[in-house]
Amino acid sequence: MLKCLATASFGAMLMASSALAQSCADGKTLTEGKLTIATGNPAYYPWVIDDAPESGEGFEAAVAYALAKEMGFAAEDVVWTRTSFDQAIQPGEKDFDINMQQFSITPERDKVVDFSASYYTAAMAVIVRGSDAVEPDMAVLKGLKWGVVASTTALPMVTQTIAPDASPLIYDDTANVVEAMKASQIDAALFDLPTALYVAAVMLEGGRVLGQFPAEEGPDADRFGALMTDGNPLKECVDQALVGLKSDGRLSAIEAKWLQQATDVPLIK
Amino acid sequence: MNRRQAYEVGQRRRALAIAGLSTAAVLLAIILLVPLAPGWTQVRASFFDGGIFIETFPTLLRAFLVDIAIFAWSVPLIFGLGLAIALARGARAPALFPLRIFGALYVDVFRGVPVVLVIYLVGFGVPGLGLPRPWNSPYIWGTVALVLTYSAYIAEVLRSGIESIHASQRAAAICLGLSERDTMRYVILPQAIRRVVPANMNMLVALQKDVALLSFIGPVEILRQAGIYKSLLANFTPYVVAAVIFLIVTVPATRYADYLMNRDRNARS
Repeated sequence: MLKCLATASFGAMLMASSALAQSCADGKTLTEGKLTIATGNPAYYPWVIDDAPESGEGFEAAVAYALAKEMGFAAEDVVWTRTSFDQAIQPGEKDFDINMQQFSITPERDKVVDFSASYYTAAMAVIVRGSDAVEPDMAVLKGLKWGVVASTTALPMVTQTIAPDASPLIYDDTANVVEAMKASQIDAALFDLPTALYVAAVMLEGGRVLGQFPAEEGPDADRFGALMTDGNPLKECVDQALVGLKSDGRLSAIEAKWLQQATDVPLIK
Repeated sequence: MNRRQAYEVGQRRRALAIAGLSTAAVLLAIILLVPLAPGWTQVRASFFDGGIFIETFPTLLRAFLVDIAIFAWSVPLIFGLGLAIALARGARAPALFPLRIFGALYVDVFRGVPVVLVIYLVGFGVPGLGLPRPWNSPYIWGTVALVLTYSAYIAEVLRSGIESIHASQRAAAICLGLSERDTMRYVILPQAIRRVVPANMNMLVALQKDVALLSFIGPVEILRQAGIYKSLLANFTPYVVAAVIFLIVTVPATRYADYLMNRDRNARS
């Protein structure tokens, strides 16, 4: 009898430990067994195709599903929600486990929220409209009127690296920058490369990606990470899953699939 | 001091003491109870970071000068156009009927459409027609949008002032041999404008805050600058700084409007 009990408890321990090994995220998500992921509203191409992350189409949507799978969630256990940038960083309870909308990892932001390891390193690219006369050259860039989106790290890049003669105009989102370009209130805009390619191809008639600043691997690189609440225990699971995705090339494959056009854009000197 | 005066002094003292005590009790309750809320430390870190407050204050104050400049050149335009619209709506000659219709339509449209929408439409739309620089500046067209909207409000305020002047004033002026035009200029308007000064002060306070909406189309004024800091630092303290700067200006303005309103009421009673 005693032996039987011992076996049973040993069996239970085994099962528990195997379950533990299987999913690091157990009990760490908002809803047990579900992973709630937030994205932008709207979410833009090529990060999410057609503003429908549930399809898994688009770079961030694909990474999200790969992450979820690696963390032990089935595709149907992934729940999508939407937040703005401000909702992501405001204090208090959040309605997402992780938030993926091209958040650049910065030390200042890291004090308030937690970031996963980076899943993409973005090059910054310059968009201009029409005129072939503009060369991808720093001296020329200084003379242009710039526009950028307020909440992106493109702003410090413009003010510090390019340091144009006229102070830049600042907008709420990509659509407004495009509108200002159409109204020729600005000559050039700075986006991360995939967004820039989309803007030039689809949103802005006559738009052209002039060139890109190299995506450095240094501390100043614009690296995207998934955002979580400060001190979220889920962080180690996400990081672990990202290591898994990087080690066997699955992350690179997703990048190649959704962000491949990013390769043949001239560098700005 | 007779008995009755002594009694009244005592009553007043008692009322003051009770008011003081109840105010102190409410303040104490706020000071003691709010920090007990479970999220207080995060809220304090996000909204009331002293270091960030001091760091961002000078830049935000400088950005506020942009607001003041826009405000300063908008006000005369608004009053000029507002008065013109009010007079157009009050035109009595049958031949001027189209003018009355225009005035009514103008007020209906611009009072009915949200300011932000007018700013977007005029600020991006008109320059989009192909105006050359500098005539497509968002400062110019943003100002035009503000003037369009606020002159509709001011026109209504002025019209109510004009209509509040008793018909006998007009009759008396005509009996004295004043022309229709001189009646309006020397008899009706001086009284009407004085009567609506308090209401117009309120409009100015509202305009002072709405100037910040111009940031939607590019200008980096205080609200936008605070937003830039917010996304760089992932902290909302810059917005609190902006609120404080706004209050420094609007509280005296509101108090002055109250004072004018009281004086007006006392003068009439």
